[in-house]
Amino acid sequence: MIITQKKPTEEVMAMVGDAKTVAIVGCGSCATACQTGGEAQIAELTAILEQAGKKVVATTVADYCCMNLGVKAKMKPVVAATPECVICMSCGDGVQCVAKNAGNIPVYPSNNTMYLGEAVRFGVWEEACRFCGECVLGQTGAVCPITQCAKSLVNGPCGGQKNGKCEVNPENECAWIKIYERLQATGQVEKLMNTREDKGYGAFAYPRTISLRGKK
Amino acid sequence: MSILKDALESGKFGVTAEMAPPKGYDFAEQMEAAEVLSGKVHAVNVTDMQSASLKASGIGLCIKLKQAGVEPILQITGRDRNRMAIMGDILSAASFGIDTMLALTGDHPVVGDCKDSKPVYDLDSVGILKMLTKMEQTGCDCGGNEIAGGAPQFYKGAAVTPVYEPIFLQINKLRQKVEAGAMYVQTQGIFDLDQFKYFLDAVDKAGIKTHIMAGIIPLKSAGMANYMNQNVPGIDVPQHMIDRLSAAAAEGKEKGIKGLPTQLGIEMAAEMIAKIKDEKLCDGVHIMAIGAEKNVPTILDKAGITV
Repeated sequence: MIITQKKPTEEVMAMVGDAKTVAIVGCGSCATACQTGGEAQIAELTAILEQAGKKVVATTVADYCCMNLGVKAKMKPVVAATPECVICMSCGDGVQCVAKNAGNIPVYPSNNTMYLGEAVRFGVWEEACRFCGECVLGQTGAVCPITQCAKSLVNGPCGGQKNGKCEVNPENECAWIKIYERLQATGQVEKLMNTREDKGYGAFAYPRTISLRGKK
Repeated sequence: MSILKDALESGKFGVTAEMAPPKGYDFAEQMEAAEVLSGKVHAVNVTDMQSASLKASGIGLCIKLKQAGVEPILQITGRDRNRMAIMGDILSAASFGIDTMLALTGDHPVVGDCKDSKPVYDLDSVGILKMLTKMEQTGCDCGGNEIAGGAPQFYKGAAVTPVYEPIFLQINKLRQKVEAGAMYVQTQGIFDLDQFKYFLDAVDKAGIKTHIMAGIIPLKSAGMANYMNQNVPGIDVPQHMIDRLSAAAAEGKEKGIKGLPTQLGIEMAAEMIAKIKDEKLCDGVHIMAIGAEKNVPTILDKAGITV
């Protein structure tokens, strides 16, 4: 899931600026789960905007703000309501997809897009993957060194852990100790003996496009 | 040819001292220290913004040392440079006759004084060593371009932390560093020889063959020891040493003599070095005096070490 966090209200209001009429687009998937872009958050933002003397002329929730076809259909009535700007309450991907379907109306994000994460319990999300493009989890006991190690080290730990905690944030456990423990538990410690080739960052060059159709 | 390589490969007891470039660009203090160290150590190991604390870059001090006739070791971390920048520095270093280096992963910027700096870590210590070994083997740089005149050859080193749990992970990474081309390793500061022997035994059992240089940090006070115990990973100063430093401070206060704890720190460091050499525990020592490089000759003298 893409984890998002609300921007400060002042920042959103500064983007809206002098616009008198506003539309709001929420997202029914990740942002709803993160409580940053569901029906409840749309209602909250509507109240804030109206208190500031703005008129909210349309609201909608796309099932997935990151799916162009669905967004296209949802955006037709929004555009028809001719707001001076649209606030999109999704991740950065959703904001861009909504903007592509908003004609000449400016689209602003209400959220900061944080990371690909896991809901470890209600209201708590941990970062889990950094989209490196060459997954190493098969060698590392399904613990990601690219994400869970603050230095993204691929050959084992640095010398910086103290009592199993990371030098960068003592609240975090050392990823490589977790990897070692997991490989011990699964009887696969020998995987640490294999010298891996440097994965490099060639596959990380962005923006990337994947197409099952052989073209964009 | 690398003077350190010469010493270690010929079975001499290797001695290196660590030196940090200045904050700012006045190298006078470093050059004074270099003069004091000249002829007393095989090489001076120049740090690469250790503790992620901003300093003049190491390559500058290495060049100055080289020009002053003191053998430099260029430390390179993966924190601030990607592989291109590291390779570029290595080529520049080679052109100044620098032929000894030490690869480190590097402390993260958030523990230093330039916290907004982007951490790079394109390569870690193992990756840097592999890249340089490949350069030497193929004669090509990391872009695959043939290096005119052939690849420069470096005597390559790495670091290791003997006090580490689970020790398997340190030993395993050390093995990877040696396989990647590290011909010598310097350890984090050691204060307990039994602990050190336990580590050396683990290295032996893993079948790792490299030259090990024990890290020596001359203590200056009980406060310094306590601070390092709490804040520096891999440092474990035993309580009896801290007590001796406290007693020395109390004695100094009573008798009105300054610098007794520093004196004691020098004695303890010398004692440890002499023991390491006498018991043939490892191949040399790496002295990290942390700004007190002028004391290094005294320590070596008391330990009965000449190079």
